[in-house]
Amino acid sequence: MVSLSGNLLFASFILYLIATVFFAGSIKDKKGKLKEKGPNKWAKIAIFITIIGFISQLGYFITRWIVAGHAPVSNMFEFGTFFALSLVGAFIVLYYMYKTPLLGVFTLPVALLLIAFSSMFSRDISPLIPALQSHWLYIHVTTAALGQAILGMSFAAGLIYLVKAIDQSKPSKRTFWLETIMFGLICTLGFVLVTTTFSLLDYKAEFNWIDKNGQQLKQEYTMPAITGPNEGELLTAGKFEPLVEMPGIINAKKLNTVVWSLLSGTIIYLLFRLIIRKRVGAVLQPVVKNIKLDLVDEIGYRSVLIGFPVFTLGALIFAMIWAQIAWTRFWGWDPKEVWALITFLFYAAFLHLRLSKGWHGEKSAWLAVVGFVIIMFNFVAVNLVIAGLHSYAG
Amino acid sequence: MKHVKCECGHVNPHGTILCEACGRVLQESEKEKQLVDMRYEGSARRSQTYNKTIVDKVWNFFSSVKVGVWLIVITLIASALGTIFPQEMYIPPIMPAAEYYEDQYGWIGKLYYDLGFHNLYSSWWYLVLIASIGISLVICSLDRVIPLWRALKAQRVSRHEGFLKRQRVFGVSEASNLDESYEKVKERLKAKRYNIREEDGNILAEKGRFSRWGPYVNHIGLIIFLIGGMLRFVPGMYIDEVLWVREGETKVIPETDGQYYLKNNKFILEVYDKDKDNQAFSEAIEEKGMVAKNYQSNVTLYKKKGETVAGQPPELEKVKDYPIKVNEPLKFEGYALYQVSYKLDELSKMTFTLGNKKSNESFGEVKIDLNDPKDRYDLGNGYAVEVVSYFPDFEFDDSGEPVTKSKVPNNPAFVFKMITPDKKEGEISFVAIQQTIEPFGDNEYKMNFSGIDTKNVSSITVRKDLTLWLIAFGGLIFMIGVAQGSYWNHRRIWIRRVNDEVWIAGHTNKNWHGLKREIQAVLEDTGIKEPEDQMQKEENKE
Ligand code: HEM
Repeated sequence: MVSLSGNLLFASFILYLIATVFFAGSIKDKKGKLKEKGPNKWAKIAIFITIIGFISQLGYFITRWIVAGHAPVSNMFEFGTFFALSLVGAFIVLYYMYKTPLLGVFTLPVALLLIAFSSMFSRDISPLIPALQSHWLYIHVTTAALGQAILGMSFAAGLIYLVKAIDQSKPSKRTFWLETIMFGLICTLGFVLVTTTFSLLDYKAEFNWIDKNGQQLKQEYTMPAITGPNEGELLTAGKFEPLVEMPGIINAKKLNTVVWSLLSGTIIYLLFRLIIRKRVGAVLQPVVKNIKLDLVDEIGYRSVLIGFPVFTLGALIFAMIWAQIAWTRFWGWDPKEVWALITFLFYAAFLHLRLSKGWHGEKSAWLAVVGFVIIMFNFVAVNLVIAGLHSYAG
Repeated sequence: MKHVKCECGHVNPHGTILCEACGRVLQESEKEKQLVDMRYEGSARRSQTYNKTIVDKVWNFFSSVKVGVWLIVITLIASALGTIFPQEMYIPPIMPAAEYYEDQYGWIGKLYYDLGFHNLYSSWWYLVLIASIGISLVICSLDRVIPLWRALKAQRVSRHEGFLKRQRVFGVSEASNLDESYEKVKERLKAKRYNIREEDGNILAEKGRFSRWGPYVNHIGLIIFLIGGMLRFVPGMYIDEVLWVREGETKVIPETDGQYYLKNNKFILEVYDKDKDNQAFSEAIEEKGMVAKNYQSNVTLYKKKGETVAGQPPELEKVKDYPIKVNEPLKFEGYALYQVSYKLDELSKMTFTLGNKKSNESFGEVKIDLNDPKDRYDLGNGYAVEVVSYFPDFEFDDSGEPVTKSKVPNNPAFVFKMITPDKKEGEISFVAIQQTIEPFGDNEYKMNFSGIDTKNVSSITVRKDLTLWLIAFGGLIFMIGVAQGSYWNHRRIWIRRVNDEVWIAGHTNKNWHGLKREIQAVLEDTGIKEPEDQMQKEENKE
């Protein structure tokens, strides 16, 4: 059953990949016959494949639930894949609301990256510690992830808006920031590639090192150490010696992973620019040529409107109910909680700016991007860097 | 106060921009504009009308959305700052916070501490921020909701042409056999759940007006929530105590006026077993080592019976047995008891034998309850041991005197007086773990350590929170409000006959795409032309 579950997830990954290609194809096909009403044949195939992929991933979720005896939303891998599942679900709903295949071209890659990224973390089925043994675990985490995924759809819409609206004929602040977003996505890809490569090579290097309290500890690197630990001493023969040594207060191993991701991302990005000789945004621009800006704007806004209440319910209200039961108080200023509050405040500001200050169109699109960065920060950095009660890392 | 009478006869409050009833533009400055600002129906808002006194100025400050958004953004950034390093409540109690931050994070940590960020969320300025948001919520809502309510109530079906012309969605169309199309349009509008009002052959189709109250409802929810949070500072509303109870021990529950007692029968700690538990977990358990499965205190709750007589133990009546687990607190009369922590194997009893050093002969055993030692233990035949002093958590202080750090028997030490038939005065001996000191020279007798008993201790949080219901109520109202404002929109379609033409205007508070699609569907094959989005027309021109 465990392997069935893993295979279903893998199948859904492949299906999303194929669906992306079909969605992209559906755009090209439209060129000549703009007048055509509704999605064309390519788009219909694409959404069909997406739905099959969604069902397959749902199968992964259910089988894993059965095996574990609890909903698989309790660690980095499980949460990330569930997030991707919700994102695809939200996309399917929005697709039928607005009939825009283009949305798939931007959403599915994000879902793919999420699944790939999450799969780099431990995939073991873990038992639940006492604090997590509650039905509120499923209720809270699934609703929160769903809310975040719907909000994430506004990121996809925002991205489409920006790619279309930003003038690519000359470099500007706007093209710079758009490229920065693309670079961020590429670095995620870089992380996945580097991690997979070294894990296939079975790279393992052990270090003795001295932590900030002066204690000697052992640490195992699974990637060649660019940033080595404080007073690190390489124990495994024939492995790469660190280039720079970090002071004790910095987690050199995690920093090393970040450096590798940035490095590989930069290489991929530069190669792309060298070969294509255009910005990533400029390359994508023809893809979005036929979409109406006000429609994308509305899809983005709609996603925030739908997602905000769901997010509030899941990430704040259900979270508070559970915290009251498990930790005796409904709020404790734990970093994860604070970042959920920050997300909430951010989207509240978004709604006010939009409704009362008339921040439509491009401004709104930029805000949607920033919102998603906050959500991702809460998922990645708060779990891995700022450790707290919720941290999956510990 | 001055009122403005519109040509249509309706009397509007001073400051009104668009007549509440017919929509005629009343303010000169607005007449120039190509589209009217429909946000609050052009109603007279206090903040837009008065700006003389201090009250006006404060009111205008807090009712501005710009200010509101700034407050939200500043709060957001401040909250983020508080997560850079752990807050004081989460740092281990190994050293004072003043040193901890510098020790762990260097000069940045020191700066963090000096700026007070280690207690950010209870700092005065953070609370001022939250309070300002609260004030802003009240004022901005009052500023808008009353005029908006008036305007929506007073609106008439027939709107002035200038009003229709300046709507974002607007179109004029000439149409033959209008009556037939009219019926069709009305049918379709009804099918789409529009409320239809008619007057002189003009139509106002409206739906989802209640969604306009969504923001105000959710703001009220937030205010209730904040008030609930403030109530916590009222004495008696909020209780947060920790109770350590040893197995077998019965303790009064704090803050219950001595009415309730808790007995800890047993503390249980379970860990996952690789072989016995779900096989799927085995790899994770192997990797992580030990994973806790259950923390549980089996307790009995007692209630005091009658009055306590001074010096006598209270008479207790059993209320119930309950296994307190994480996520399963014991609740009674507004109190909740939570399993929060534990200590395994705390020393509870120590056993010694009194023996002769030379002959190794033993004269009996003394079992001392470390939490309640007796003064004297008689061993019979003239043998006895007196406990002269007891140090449950012993150490030597700076002057070399034995002292105790706490009442918890972490490191017990005793001064014994050993009384034997031949030493009736008794010999004095100081006994601690792994050491014996004989302060008055060599003794003949000795207390030989022979064993310990241990017990587990449960840490139970005693919680009473009378603010919860208000906070939950605020949350509920908030959710109703956001759902109301987000999942419905207020849409209006005006249809007016002007001579041989049909004028159609549409307005929605959000989701224009949806409105346009709806109008398109309603007008299909009626011969009436679809109105245009004037905003988009402008954009396309650019
Ligand atoms: C954390 C605090 C706040 C939250 C969560 C919040 C939430 C909301 C939400 C969800 C809406 C509806 C938006 C929409 O439907 O697009 C709204 C509308 C609004 N809020 Fe807030 N709000 C907050 C604070 C404030 C503050 C401080 C002000 C004061 C300036 C304010 C003024 C308004 C106004 C004027 C509206 C629009 C009402 C309308 O046009 O009918 N809000 N708020």
